[in-house]
Amino acid sequence: MLNHYETVFIMTPVLSDEQMKETVKKFEDTLLEKGAEIVHQENWGLRQLAYPIAKKTSGFYHLIEFKAEPSVVKEYELQYRRDERVMRYLTVLMDKHAIAYSEKRRNLRKEKEAAPAVVEEAPAAAETETVNEVNE
Amino acid sequence: MAQQSDIKYLTPIAVDIRKKKYCRFKKSGIKYIDYKDAEFLKKFVNEQGRILPRRLTGTSLKYQKKVAQAVKRARHLALLPFVTDNLKSNN
Repeated sequence: MLNHYETVFIMTPVLSDEQMKETVKKFEDTLLEKGAEIVHQENWGLRQLAYPIAKKTSGFYHLIEFKAEPSVVKEYELQYRRDERVMRYLTVLMDKHAIAYSEKRRNLRKEKEAAPAVVEEAPAAAETETVNEVNE
Repeated sequence: MAQQSDIKYLTPIAVDIRKKKYCRFKKSGIKYIDYKDAEFLKKFVNEQGRILPRRLTGTSLKYQKKVAQAVKRARHLALLPFVTDNLKSNN
């Protein structure tokens, strides 16, 4: 049976943009190789960390949502541990509520990208609204 | 003893009426708590970054467990700090 997973990993800020994309590509490919189906991807870009990891205060965040056999995850996480460009990773099994939530979140993000002018009019109000909408 | 009873108030002392606490997840029907949404999770954390107890936030046990799980995941991904000072005033 295929399970729905979500994985977030943090890459070192030392990488250039190209190297970063290459790393992401590598993990994408390893997933596809193992017969997983990638549902969604998000690149959060360079973000400040809440606390230093390996003496770095920032990192590239990337999120991948995928469907795979449970046995795939273990092998996949081994790749994270072997890769020195990855500072942190987290893979989470998604239940039905999580899947529904992420779909909603995806649609909201899409809408925002499609109509950024509307958001700019009332940024504070819009933000709180989206949080509530997403959580409903 | 006598002195105490001498004090008289013209208007009754305002005793603050406690509002009944409620679980915000049950009330608004939130089913899933996202560990990626650090701003939202900050509502359940004090200034030092510790998870607030249920008796203060009013969250039901079912959702308190989920909140705790989400906060811990967020900490692992450095979205929330393990310990700090002035978590809320910084932002």
